[in-house]
Amino acid sequence: MNLHEIYAHPLFGVTVTVGAYVIALKVQGKWKSIHPLFVCSGAIIALLLMLDIPYDDYRAGGDLITFFLGPATVALGVPLYKQRHFLRRYFAAILSGVTIGSVSGIAGAGLLVWLMGGTRELMATMMPKSVSSAISVEIARQAGGIPELAAVLTVLTGLLGSMVGPALLRRAGISGDMPIGVAIGTSSHGIGTGRVIRDSELQGSVSGVSMALAGIVTSLLFIPLYGRFH
Amino acid sequence: MTGFAILLGFNLLGLVAEHVLHLPIPGNVIGLILFTAALFLRIVKLEWVERSAELLTRHMMLFFVPYIVGTIAFLPVLRENGLAIAVSLAGSTLIVMLVAGSVAARVGRKASLAPESEQGKASAGL
Repeated sequence: MNLHEIYAHPLFGVTVTVGAYVIALKVQGKWKSIHPLFVCSGAIIALLLMLDIPYDDYRAGGDLITFFLGPATVALGVPLYKQRHFLRRYFAAILSGVTIGSVSGIAGAGLLVWLMGGTRELMATMMPKSVSSAISVEIARQAGGIPELAAVLTVLTGLLGSMVGPALLRRAGISGDMPIGVAIGTSSHGIGTGRVIRDSELQGSVSGVSMALAGIVTSLLFIPLYGRFH
Repeated sequence: MTGFAILLGFNLLGLVAEHVLHLPIPGNVIGLILFTAALFLRIVKLEWVERSAELLTRHMMLFFVPYIVGTIAFLPVLRENGLAIAVSLAGSTLIVMLVAGSVAARVGRKASLAPESEQGKASAGL
Protein backbone atom coordinates (compact mmCIF):
# COMPACT_ATOMS: atom_id res chain seq x y z
CA MET A 1 0.00 0.00 0.00
CA ASN A 2 1.56 3.28 -1.04
CA LEU A 3 0.75 6.74 0.27
CA HIS A 4 -1.16 7.73 -2.85
CA GLU A 5 -3.74 5.02 -2.17
CA ILE A 6 -4.31 6.45 1.30
CA TYR A 7 -4.65 10.06 0.08
CA ALA A 8 -7.12 9.00 -2.60
CA HIS A 9 -9.30 7.16 -0.07
CA PRO A 10 -12.43 9.19 0.83
CA LEU A 11 -11.60 8.78 4.52
CA PHE A 12 -8.53 10.98 4.07
CA GLY A 13 -10.42 14.00 2.67
CA VAL A 14 -13.29 13.65 5.16
CA THR A 15 -11.00 13.31 8.19
CA VAL A 16 -8.78 16.21 7.19
CA THR A 17 -11.79 18.48 6.52
CA VAL A 18 -13.73 17.67 9.69
CA GLY A 19 -10.53 17.82 11.76
CA ALA A 20 -9.53 21.22 10.35
CA TYR A 21 -13.08 22.50 10.92
CA VAL A 22 -13.07 21.49 14.58
CA ILE A 23 -9.69 23.18 15.08
CA ALA A 24 -10.95 26.31 13.26
CA LEU A 25 -13.97 26.51 15.58
CA LYS A 26 -11.65 26.28 18.59
CA VAL A 27 -9.45 29.04 17.17
CA GLN A 28 -12.55 31.20 16.69
CA GLY A 29 -13.55 30.53 20.29
CA LYS A 30 -10.28 32.12 21.41
CA TRP A 31 -9.97 34.90 18.82
CA LYS A 32 -13.46 35.90 17.75
CA SER A 33 -12.46 37.97 14.74
CA ILE A 34 -10.74 35.10 12.92
CA HIS A 35 -13.22 33.58 10.52
CA PRO A 36 -13.24 29.77 10.80
CA LEU A 37 -13.47 29.37 7.04
CA PHE A 38 -10.09 31.05 6.53
CA VAL A 39 -8.42 28.86 9.14
CA CYS A 40 -10.02 25.62 7.98
CA SER A 41 -9.54 26.04 4.22
CA GLY A 42 -6.10 27.59 4.65
CA ALA A 43 -4.89 24.71 6.76
CA ILE A 44 -6.11 22.13 4.25
CA ILE A 45 -4.60 23.97 1.28
CA ALA A 46 -1.29 24.21 3.15
CA LEU A 47 -1.38 20.50 3.96
CA LEU A 48 -2.10 19.51 0.35
CA LEU A 49 0.72 21.72 -0.93
CA MET A 50 3.19 20.52 1.70
CA LEU A 51 2.55 16.82 1.18
CA ASP A 52 2.21 17.35 -2.58
CA ILE A 53 -1.25 15.76 -2.66
CA PRO A 54 -3.20 16.36 -5.89
CA TYR A 55 -6.52 18.20 -5.45
CA ASP A 56 -8.33 15.29 -7.14
CA ASP A 57 -7.16 12.90 -4.39
CA TYR A 58 -8.55 15.20 -1.69
CA ARG A 59 -11.77 15.55 -3.66
CA ALA A 60 -12.75 11.91 -3.11
CA GLY A 61 -13.49 12.86 0.49
CA GLY A 62 -14.39 16.48 -0.23
CA ASP A 63 -17.32 15.42 -2.39
CA LEU A 64 -18.74 13.44 0.54
CA ILE A 65 -18.71 16.64 2.63
CA THR A 66 -20.27 18.94 0.01
CA PHE A 67 -23.00 16.35 -0.42
CA PHE A 68 -24.56 17.62 2.82
CA LEU A 69 -25.23 21.06 1.33
CA GLY A 70 -28.35 19.52 -0.28
CA PRO A 71 -30.17 18.45 2.90
CA ALA A 72 -28.81 21.58 4.67
CA THR A 73 -30.57 23.79 2.11
CA VAL A 74 -33.82 21.87 2.58
CA ALA A 75 -33.40 22.39 6.33
CA LEU A 76 -33.69 26.18 5.86
CA GLY A 77 -37.45 25.53 5.74
CA VAL A 78 -37.40 25.16 9.54
CA PRO A 79 -36.53 28.83 10.34
CA LEU A 80 -39.05 29.89 7.67
CA TYR A 81 -41.75 27.94 9.46
CA LYS A 82 -40.72 28.92 12.99
CA GLN A 83 -40.89 32.63 12.20
CA ARG A 84 -44.24 32.36 10.45
CA HIS A 85 -46.09 34.83 12.71
CA PHE A 86 -43.54 37.56 12.28
CA LEU A 87 -43.32 36.72 8.59
CA ARG A 88 -47.06 37.05 8.12
CA ARG A 89 -47.10 40.56 9.57
CA TYR A 90 -44.15 41.84 7.53
CA PHE A 91 -44.58 39.55 4.54
CA ALA A 92 -45.00 42.36 1.99
CA ALA A 93 -42.01 44.28 3.34
CA ILE A 94 -39.69 41.27 3.57
CA LEU A 95 -40.66 39.85 0.18
CA SER A 96 -40.38 43.16 -1.66
CA GLY A 97 -37.06 43.96 0.02
CA VAL A 98 -35.67 40.51 -0.83
CA THR A 99 -36.99 40.53 -4.41
CA ILE A 100 -36.00 44.06 -5.40
CA GLY A 101 -32.69 43.66 -3.57
CA SER A 102 -31.93 40.36 -5.36
CA VAL A 103 -32.84 41.78 -8.78
CA SER A 104 -30.56 44.79 -8.29
CA GLY A 105 -27.77 42.54 -7.06
CA ILE A 106 -27.95 40.16 -10.03
CA ALA A 107 -28.18 43.05 -12.50
CA GLY A 108 -25.45 45.01 -10.71
CA ALA A 109 -23.03 42.08 -10.54
CA GLY A 110 -23.61 41.17 -14.20
CA LEU A 111 -23.30 44.77 -15.36
CA LEU A 112 -20.10 45.40 -13.40
CA VAL A 113 -18.44 42.24 -14.75
CA TRP A 114 -19.48 43.23 -18.28
CA LEU A 115 -18.19 46.79 -17.84
CA MET A 116 -14.89 45.41 -16.57
CA GLY A 117 -14.61 43.20 -19.64
CA GLY A 118 -15.22 39.85 -17.92
CA THR A 119 -16.32 36.75 -19.81
CA ARG A 120 -19.84 35.38 -20.02
CA GLU A 121 -18.74 32.43 -17.88
CA LEU A 122 -17.57 34.85 -15.21
CA MET A 123 -20.90 36.71 -15.37
CA ALA A 124 -22.83 33.47 -14.81
CA THR A 125 -20.51 32.73 -11.90
CA MET A 126 -20.80 36.14 -10.24
CA MET A 127 -24.49 36.90 -10.61
CA PRO A 128 -25.97 34.48 -8.04
CA LYS A 129 -23.28 35.05 -5.40
CA SER A 130 -25.44 36.83 -2.81
CA VAL A 131 -27.46 33.74 -1.98
CA SER A 132 -26.55 30.85 0.24
CA SER A 133 -23.62 28.86 -1.16
CA ALA A 134 -25.58 25.65 -1.59
CA ILE A 135 -27.88 27.50 -3.98
CA SER A 136 -25.41 29.81 -5.74
CA VAL A 137 -23.20 26.84 -6.60
CA GLU A 138 -26.12 25.01 -8.21
CA ILE A 139 -27.32 28.11 -10.10
CA ALA A 140 -23.81 28.82 -11.38
CA ARG A 141 -23.47 25.20 -12.51
CA GLN A 142 -26.79 25.29 -14.37
CA ALA A 143 -26.20 28.73 -15.88
CA GLY A 144 -22.82 27.74 -17.29
CA GLY A 145 -20.55 29.29 -14.67
CA ILE A 146 -17.82 27.72 -12.54
CA PRO A 147 -19.34 26.14 -9.38
CA GLU A 148 -16.11 26.07 -7.33
CA LEU A 149 -15.44 29.73 -8.13
CA ALA A 150 -19.06 30.60 -7.31
CA ALA A 151 -18.58 29.01 -3.87
CA VAL A 152 -15.49 31.11 -3.17
CA LEU A 153 -17.17 34.32 -4.36
CA THR A 154 -20.21 33.50 -2.25
CA VAL A 155 -18.04 33.16 0.83
CA LEU A 156 -16.22 36.42 0.08
CA THR A 157 -19.58 38.15 -0.42
CA GLY A 158 -20.80 36.86 2.93
CA LEU A 159 -17.61 37.93 4.68
CA LEU A 160 -17.73 41.41 3.15
CA GLY A 161 -21.40 41.88 3.98
CA SER A 162 -20.98 40.68 7.55
CA MET A 163 -17.97 42.91 8.12
CA VAL A 164 -19.19 46.24 6.66
CA GLY A 165 -22.97 45.66 6.62
CA PRO A 166 -24.21 46.83 10.03
CA ALA A 167 -22.08 50.02 10.01
CA LEU A 168 -22.97 50.83 6.39
CA LEU A 169 -26.70 50.42 7.02
CA ARG A 170 -26.49 52.67 10.07
CA ARG A 171 -24.80 55.35 7.96
CA ALA A 172 -27.47 55.04 5.27
CA GLY A 173 -30.13 55.67 7.90
CA ILE A 174 -31.58 52.16 7.72
CA SER A 175 -32.57 51.03 11.20
CA GLY A 176 -34.85 48.51 12.92
CA ASP A 177 -34.49 44.76 13.26
CA MET A 178 -36.67 43.94 10.26
CA PRO A 179 -34.97 46.13 7.58
CA ILE A 180 -31.46 45.28 8.83
CA GLY A 181 -32.28 41.58 8.88
CA VAL A 182 -33.65 41.75 5.33
CA ALA A 183 -30.61 43.68 4.09
CA ILE A 184 -28.08 41.32 5.66
CA GLY A 185 -29.89 38.08 4.82
CA THR A 186 -30.46 39.08 1.19
CA SER A 187 -26.92 40.32 0.63
CA SER A 188 -24.75 38.06 2.72
CA HIS A 189 -26.68 34.83 3.43
CA GLY A 190 -25.53 32.52 6.25
CA ILE A 191 -22.30 34.29 7.08
CA GLY A 192 -24.13 37.60 7.54
CA THR A 193 -26.91 35.86 9.47
CA GLY A 194 -24.35 34.36 11.84
CA ARG A 195 -22.97 37.84 12.42
CA VAL A 196 -26.23 39.76 13.17
CA ILE A 197 -27.72 37.01 15.34
CA ARG A 198 -25.10 38.02 17.92
CA ASP A 199 -26.57 41.57 18.00
CA SER A 200 -30.22 40.60 18.06
CA GLU A 201 -32.06 37.32 17.81
CA LEU A 202 -34.90 38.92 15.86
CA GLN A 203 -32.44 40.39 13.35
CA GLY A 204 -30.88 36.97 12.98
CA SER A 205 -34.25 35.29 12.41
CA VAL A 206 -35.35 37.84 9.80
CA SER A 207 -31.93 37.50 8.19
CA GLY A 208 -32.28 33.69 8.08
CA VAL A 209 -35.74 33.95 6.57
CA SER A 210 -34.53 36.52 4.02
CA MET A 211 -31.62 34.30 3.06
CA ALA A 212 -33.94 31.35 2.40
CA LEU A 213 -36.37 33.58 0.45
CA ALA A 214 -33.51 35.16 -1.53
CA GLY A 215 -32.38 31.66 -2.53
CA ILE A 216 -35.84 30.81 -3.83
CA VAL A 217 -36.41 34.18 -5.52
CA THR A 218 -32.96 34.17 -7.15
CA SER A 219 -33.46 30.64 -8.50
CA LEU A 220 -36.76 31.71 -10.03
CA LEU A 221 -35.25 34.92 -11.43
CA PHE A 222 -32.55 32.93 -13.19
CA ILE A 223 -35.01 30.90 -15.25
CA PRO A 224 -35.34 33.51 -18.03
CA LEU A 225 -31.56 33.99 -17.98
CA TYR A 226 -30.58 30.37 -18.60
CA GLY A 227 -31.24 30.47 -22.32
CA ARG A 228 -28.94 33.46 -22.73
CA PHE A 229 -25.98 31.67 -21.22
CA HIS A 230 -26.18 28.47 -23.23
CA MET B 1 -32.31 10.23 12.40
CA THR B 2 -35.99 10.58 11.47
CA GLY B 3 -35.42 14.26 10.75
CA PHE B 4 -32.37 13.57 8.64
CA ALA B 5 -34.26 10.94 6.63
CA ILE B 6 -37.08 13.42 6.00
CA LEU B 7 -34.68 16.14 4.85
CA LEU B 8 -32.91 13.70 2.54
CA GLY B 9 -36.27 12.54 1.23
CA PHE B 10 -37.29 16.10 0.28
CA ASN B 11 -33.87 16.70 -1.24
CA LEU B 12 -34.35 13.60 -3.39
CA LEU B 13 -37.90 14.63 -4.26
CA GLY B 14 -36.54 18.00 -5.44
CA LEU B 15 -33.88 16.28 -7.54
CA VAL B 16 -36.48 14.01 -9.14
CA ALA B 17 -38.75 17.00 -9.87
CA GLU B 18 -35.85 18.91 -11.41
CA HIS B 19 -34.98 16.06 -13.78
CA VAL B 20 -38.40 14.71 -14.60
CA LEU B 21 -40.06 18.12 -15.11
CA HIS B 22 -36.86 19.70 -16.56
CA LEU B 23 -37.18 22.61 -14.16
CA PRO B 24 -34.34 25.13 -14.33
CA ILE B 25 -34.34 25.48 -10.53
CA PRO B 26 -31.75 23.64 -8.42
CA GLY B 27 -33.16 20.42 -6.95
CA ASN B 28 -32.26 21.48 -3.42
CA VAL B 29 -34.35 24.66 -3.80
CA ILE B 30 -37.33 22.66 -5.07
CA GLY B 31 -36.78 20.40 -2.06
CA LEU B 32 -36.76 23.47 0.21
CA ILE B 33 -40.03 24.77 -1.27
CA LEU B 34 -41.75 21.37 -0.95
CA PHE B 35 -40.41 20.85 2.58
CA THR B 36 -41.59 24.30 3.73
CA ALA B 37 -45.00 23.64 2.21
CA ALA B 38 -45.15 20.29 4.03
CA LEU B 39 -44.40 22.03 7.35
CA PHE B 40 -47.15 24.61 6.78
CA LEU B 41 -49.62 21.91 5.75
CA ARG B 42 -48.61 19.90 8.87
CA ILE B 43 -47.69 16.90 6.74
CA VAL B 44 -44.32 17.12 8.50
CA LYS B 45 -44.32 18.06 12.18
CA LEU B 46 -41.69 20.52 13.42
CA GLU B 47 -40.54 18.24 16.25
CA TRP B 48 -39.64 15.46 13.78
CA VAL B 49 -37.13 17.60 11.93
CA GLU B 50 -36.08 20.39 14.30
CA ARG B 51 -32.91 18.83 15.73
CA SER B 52 -31.52 17.48 12.48
CA ALA B 53 -32.26 20.75 10.68
CA GLU B 54 -30.56 22.77 13.41
CA LEU B 55 -27.45 20.59 13.25
CA LEU B 56 -27.20 20.90 9.46
CA THR B 57 -27.75 24.67 9.24
CA ARG B 58 -25.41 25.37 12.18
CA HIS B 59 -22.56 23.58 10.43
CA MET B 60 -23.35 24.72 6.91
CA MET B 61 -19.90 26.34 6.70
CA LEU B 62 -18.19 22.97 6.97
CA PHE B 63 -20.01 21.64 3.92
CA PHE B 64 -18.47 24.06 1.51
CA VAL B 65 -14.91 23.98 2.76
CA PRO B 66 -13.98 21.54 -0.06
CA TYR B 67 -15.23 24.11 -2.60
CA ILE B 68 -12.91 26.74 -1.15
CA VAL B 69 -10.01 24.31 -1.12
CA GLY B 70 -10.91 23.77 -4.79
CA THR B 71 -9.90 27.36 -5.59
CA ILE B 72 -6.30 26.25 -5.80
CA ALA B 73 -7.37 24.81 -9.13
CA PHE B 74 -8.85 28.22 -10.12
CA LEU B 75 -6.05 30.56 -9.16
CA PRO B 76 -5.28 31.40 -12.83
CA VAL B 77 -8.92 32.45 -13.46
CA LEU B 78 -8.96 34.51 -10.26
CA ARG B 79 -5.66 36.19 -11.09
CA GLU B 80 -6.66 36.94 -14.68
CA ASN B 81 -10.01 38.53 -13.71
CA GLY B 82 -9.01 39.92 -10.34
CA LEU B 83 -10.16 43.50 -10.87
CA ALA B 84 -13.49 42.62 -12.53
CA ILE B 85 -14.24 40.18 -9.70
CA ALA B 86 -13.28 42.61 -6.92
CA VAL B 87 -15.28 45.53 -8.36
CA SER B 88 -18.36 43.43 -9.09
CA LEU B 89 -18.19 41.70 -5.72
CA ALA B 90 -17.94 44.87 -3.64
CA GLY B 91 -20.29 46.92 -5.83
CA SER B 92 -23.13 44.46 -6.07
CA THR B 93 -22.96 43.47 -2.40
CA LEU B 94 -23.43 47.09 -1.38
CA ILE B 95 -26.25 47.54 -3.91
CA VAL B 96 -28.16 44.48 -2.65
CA MET B 97 -27.78 45.54 0.96
CA LEU B 98 -28.90 49.15 0.55
CA VAL B 99 -31.75 48.38 -1.85
CA ALA B 100 -33.11 45.44 0.16
CA GLY B 101 -32.86 47.36 3.44
CA SER B 102 -34.47 50.57 2.25
CA VAL B 103 -37.31 48.84 0.38
CA ALA B 104 -38.06 46.65 3.43
CA ALA B 105 -37.99 49.70 5.72
CA ARG B 106 -40.32 51.69 3.48
CA VAL B 107 -42.88 48.94 2.95
CA GLY B 108 -42.61 47.77 6.57
CA ARG B 109 -43.46 51.17 7.96
CA LYS B 110 -47.04 50.72 6.78
CA ALA B 111 -47.32 47.28 8.38
CA SER B 112 -46.08 48.61 11.72
CA LEU B 113 -48.55 51.53 11.62
CA ALA B 114 -51.51 49.31 10.73
CA PRO B 115 -53.69 48.29 13.68
CA GLU B 116 -52.42 45.19 15.46
CA SER B 117 -54.41 42.08 14.73
CA GLU B 118 -52.41 39.94 17.12
CA GLN B 119 -51.79 42.19 20.06
CA GLY B 120 -48.31 43.34 20.87
CA LYS B 121 -46.63 40.85 18.59
CA ALA B 122 -43.58 41.72 16.56
CA SER B 123 -44.16 45.48 16.46
CA ALA B 124 -41.59 45.98 19.20
CA GLY B 125 -38.94 44.76 16.82
CA LEU B 126 -39.27 47.50 14.28
